[in-house]
Amino acid sequence: MQNDNYITATCRIHNNEMFVDGQSIFKTQAADFAEFSKKAYQHLGISYPKFFKMDNLSKLAFLGAELLLKPEHHQSNTALVFANKSSSLDTDVKYQQSIADKGNYFPSPAVFVYTLPNICVGEISIRHQLKSENSFFIFDAFNANLMCSYANLLIDTQKAHAVLCGWIEYFNEDYRAFLYLVSPNGNTIHNKQSLETAYNQ
Amino acid sequence: MEALKQELKVKIIEVLNLEDVSAADINDNDALFGDGLGLDSIDALELIVMLDKDYGIKLTDPKEGKNIFASINTMADYITANRTK
Repeated sequence: MQNDNYITATCRIHNNEMFVDGQSIFKTQAADFAEFSKKAYQHLGISYPKFFKMDNLSKLAFLGAELLLKPEHHQSNTALVFANKSSSLDTDVKYQQSIADKGNYFPSPAVFVYTLPNICVGEISIRHQLKSENSFFIFDAFNANLMCSYANLLIDTQKAHAVLCGWIEYFNEDYRAFLYLVSPNGNTIHNKQSLETAYNQ
Repeated sequence: MEALKQELKVKIIEVLNLEDVSAADINDNDALFGDGLGLDSIDALELIVMLDKDYGIKLTDPKEGKNIFASINTMADYITANRTK
């Protein structure tokens, strides 16, 4: 029999603003995502120089995870289930442009390593010392039904104690992150309807 | 030689996205990897690309990198002796 699981925390990042559990915690004027993400990093008091080597998709996912994962999650069995629409296309395009000129052909290894979307999952795992299950799906739009089923399955089959789920979309400066924690205990039931409500806030 | 060392510090900071590090923070003998600037294997590959792109030096043996990229001093010595542009 399937047990109920719960959404214990949510965060959203878009339009130069970050929300936790529906409350705005940081808003700034920024010319672009690079400026916003740097200001958000500083606002959160993070000290992690590797952040500045990440591509924008990873920075977005990293900031969301910083808002939700607490020290008690470190080295815990917290799985990661992420998805988006554009995969790593933003970085793929930049990389392709960097190698388009055969007369000036110097492929950047540091850019190339981010030409896969699930690298952002790895960055979060390294930061929070997670050695847990992880997946990254590509959908046309936020798929509450699959995300819900997958997270519940991980917990119900004891593959994970909790699951950090996220829609992490970034392409051409257009970005939106919606992350949430699912666990067996909490107040907000974890189902398709509650996820869609939280996503559309 | 001193101008080249200063140039290398600026390039390394820019190419490797070393936020909150200035050229003045890097001493000529500081280890670039390990306990020094804390660079990693991807950074090493970027430095190999930088040698090729900016100084016309193609490293054919990656093992050479360990000695060449030990510090700003060793990089500057190697570039001075081998640059083609």
